[in-house]
Amino acid sequence: MPYDLAPLGLSLKLATVTTIVLILIGIPLAYWLAFSRTRGRPFLEALVSMPLVLPPTVLGFYILVFLSPGHALGAFLERILDVRVVFSFTGLVIGSVIFSLPFMVNPIKAGFQNFPCALIEAAYTLGKSRRQTLVSVIIPNTKSSLLTGIVMSFAHTMGEFGVVLMIGGGIPHHTRVASIAIYNEVEAMNYSAANFYSMILVVFSMAVLALFYALYRRHGEVV
Amino acid sequence: MKIFLKKTLMAPEGPFNLHVDLDIKEGECVSLFGRSGCGKTSILRMIAGLQSPQEGRVEVAGDAWFDSSRGIDLPPQKRHAGFVFQEYSLFPNMTVEENLMFALRRGEETARVGEYLGLVGLKGLERRYPSKLSGGQKQRVALARALLRHPKILLLDEPLSALDVQTRWRLQDEVLRLYEKTGITTILVSHDPFEAMKLSGRIFMMEAGRIVRSGEPQNVFCGSEWEAFFRMAKNGFGPA
Repeated sequence: MPYDLAPLGLSLKLATVTTIVLILIGIPLAYWLAFSRTRGRPFLEALVSMPLVLPPTVLGFYILVFLSPGHALGAFLERILDVRVVFSFTGLVIGSVIFSLPFMVNPIKAGFQNFPCALIEAAYTLGKSRRQTLVSVIIPNTKSSLLTGIVMSFAHTMGEFGVVLMIGGGIPHHTRVASIAIYNEVEAMNYSAANFYSMILVVFSMAVLALFYALYRRHGEVV
Repeated sequence: MKIFLKKTLMAPEGPFNLHVDLDIKEGECVSLFGRSGCGKTSILRMIAGLQSPQEGRVEVAGDAWFDSSRGIDLPPQKRHAGFVFQEYSLFPNMTVEENLMFALRRGEETARVGEYLGLVGLKGLERRYPSKLSGGQKQRVALARALLRHPKILLLDEPLSALDVQTRWRLQDEVLRLYEKTGITTILVSHDPFEAMKLSGRIFMMEAGRIVRSGEPQNVFCGSEWEAFFRMAKNGFGPA
């Protein structure tokens, strides 16, 4: 019997979009956390790392509550931007970005913090702005941290369950990602379909991680 | 140029006050000489804008880079200072050529990169990465990179101390040649009396954040403790 491939496609799409959004948010945030000396830093660091310790259902629950049309924020988004966040793909992306934030930010932050200060200062004395220094000096020399962040965020989003179930509700073709499809199939005693999705996830995750370690090794030899 | 700086610095033995007032003529090469931890490097960093004094004034070629009384504190990017660090600080992701290109201002002639590579005798090594260079070669790249920006002042922070003796002597000649060629105002930080004497016309001897003696090398390195050294110096520096 042919299986529905939509959940797998949706998982891939979600992981890709989430990772791209996280690169855009994660690099500036990691830079700020690595170099800022403001007092609020520990608070923000704790906030970024919260998804590491909270059960995904807690996070999913609050995102669901705040973004639902019954709440001011959800109502605002729906009225102004005409976006219904809960039970939609947009909602899944928002939830996944928050949930995978520490997986992107923490490795990049560690890479930035370990980067030799003298090289940053050398770039400044050569007239380069903070942004030019970040783009041309810091990022190219901390590629392995960025790669770690990308792979971990992507893999983590692929395997997400609690948050996407709470926010998305597992609507077929809209928010039913692979991990939810597996759960549904098991509930329906449809073990062969569950096995199909599971096996693909196992093989895919293995391939992604193997590729990551191969790149990591090669990169380690270059610089 | 005028450099007046006040700052409390931390040392392993406890805090001490850096308090210096230097008047350096344009085109002059001076040395800050003293033990490590006496505040020499901090002075260079404050001139370059990498560190801020609590109080003071840095005026180079008529421009105020820092003036606490007028609230002026230019960022390092806007101060025209060439800084050569002790650990070379070459960007590992860039080749020799790219390290120099990075120093160019937007729209600046790239041919100058080749010219400066020639100046420090590094033609042929353009495509090498810093990891494939010797210590001496790295420091030449760092010198060329700092000079490429036509700085108003060149700050050398113990640039040769990580090199072996032979290379150091060769590089000292090189620095001297570059200085004579460019005539750029230079401040050299050193804890090697030979080096300070060979490269600079005037020496500021420092102890715990203060200038304790200054003047021409033979007047600074006087007294019984320096006599032996001075005799050697008179007979020529470098290997016997």
